[in-house]
Amino acid sequence: MNGVHDLGGMHGMGSIEPELNEPVFHEVWEARVFALRRAMGAWKRWNIDATRYEVELVPPADYLRLSYYARQFEAFLKILVKRGLVSQREIDTFTADPGTPKAEPALTVEKALALVKNGVPTSRDAPAAARFKSGERIRTRNLNPIGHTRLPRYARGKAGVVLRDHGVFVFPDTNAQFQGEKPQRLYSVRFTVRELWGDQAAPQDSVYLDLWDDYLEPL
Amino acid sequence: MPSDQALRVKALESLLVEKGLVDRAALDTLIDSYQHQIGPRNGAKVVAKAWTDPAFRERLLTTADSAIAELGFGGMQGEHMVVLENTPKVHNMVVCTLCSCYPWPVLGLPPVWYKSAPYRARAVIDPRGVLREFGLELPADVEVRVWDSTAEIRYLVLPERPAGTEGLSEEALATYASRDSMIGVAKAGLA
Repeated sequence: MNGVHDLGGMHGMGSIEPELNEPVFHEVWEARVFALRRAMGAWKRWNIDATRYEVELVPPADYLRLSYYARQFEAFLKILVKRGLVSQREIDTFTADPGTPKAEPALTVEKALALVKNGVPTSRDAPAAARFKSGERIRTRNLNPIGHTRLPRYARGKAGVVLRDHGVFVFPDTNAQFQGEKPQRLYSVRFTVRELWGDQAAPQDSVYLDLWDDYLEPL
Repeated sequence: MPSDQALRVKALESLLVEKGLVDRAALDTLIDSYQHQIGPRNGAKVVAKAWTDPAFRERLLTTADSAIAELGFGGMQGEHMVVLENTPKVHNMVVCTLCSCYPWPVLGLPPVWYKSAPYRARAVIDPRGVLREFGLELPADVEVRVWDSTAEIRYLVLPERPAGTEGLSEEALATYASRDSMIGVAKAGLA
């Protein structure tokens, strides 16, 4: 979606403010939001792309105003209801609906340790022919889906060169909407900064993006 | 006095525990992992080894996942790693313009500035200006490569080994590999 999350190239966002000796979490609640999202993810009612899309759906003014974890919390409340793990009434009252059976947590300590250690790979051992080879020129398609996509606005309709083929990966655009993984080739693609931003950019610099087959056309 | 936000999070956690959907001990395990065990010291060990062991450096640049696993690191948000080598003529820096993608197993969770609008907005359109803001002025003959983490590939920058560190042990060298140098917004060096 053409949302405010797609920040690449925007002006007026202010200066970058690194914090000296920054703690991992600034507040206890931030750590709890971080952990709750992973623990509920273990129910497998959604995937990483769906959670990203949910954050993108946070209204634009809120998206920019809220801190990172506050934004994630708002999106988390929404996806819990949408995917049927919690009812809207339960979110409104923070009390369990009467008569609901008690579940067994999907994420145990043991599984949490395994999750940290092994992660959730998104490469797939699926047959998907490579449409492009390293060194080949491509143009990104001018796509403007209302759903989730990982092709940022600043890189649409641009000419680039394939650097490498990463292999076959889950396609976020369909996966985020629970329309299937549609595994396909993922490439590292190089764009000159001039192609992306025009002649005022430094001629020797470039930006690399990881892009799926469906985003690309031969040039 | 806890903030309204803190109370809402606490209330949600209580609800999810009451419904039997989450185990508080598992939450604590996740938090402990990223608060106390996994952080940029991991990445610094990888970098220091690459600075001292040419065969390891080669493996790191060609097959990063297995090379990093040699040091016991890997896992969530680092399932598919690529390492980018900085040289006197090429400077790599990493961003995620769309969200906050970051190589957790080697750098831990990202700092606030990395996830914030100013860095995400500017890193791709004005990388040299961003680097200048971090105190790094690159000459015109250095090529800047910005890596926007748009997929599940996670990038770690292998910074240049600082001059004057000849003969130092791997352990001593690791103190030179700062978090920012492994994101690519600084050169390696002592803080």
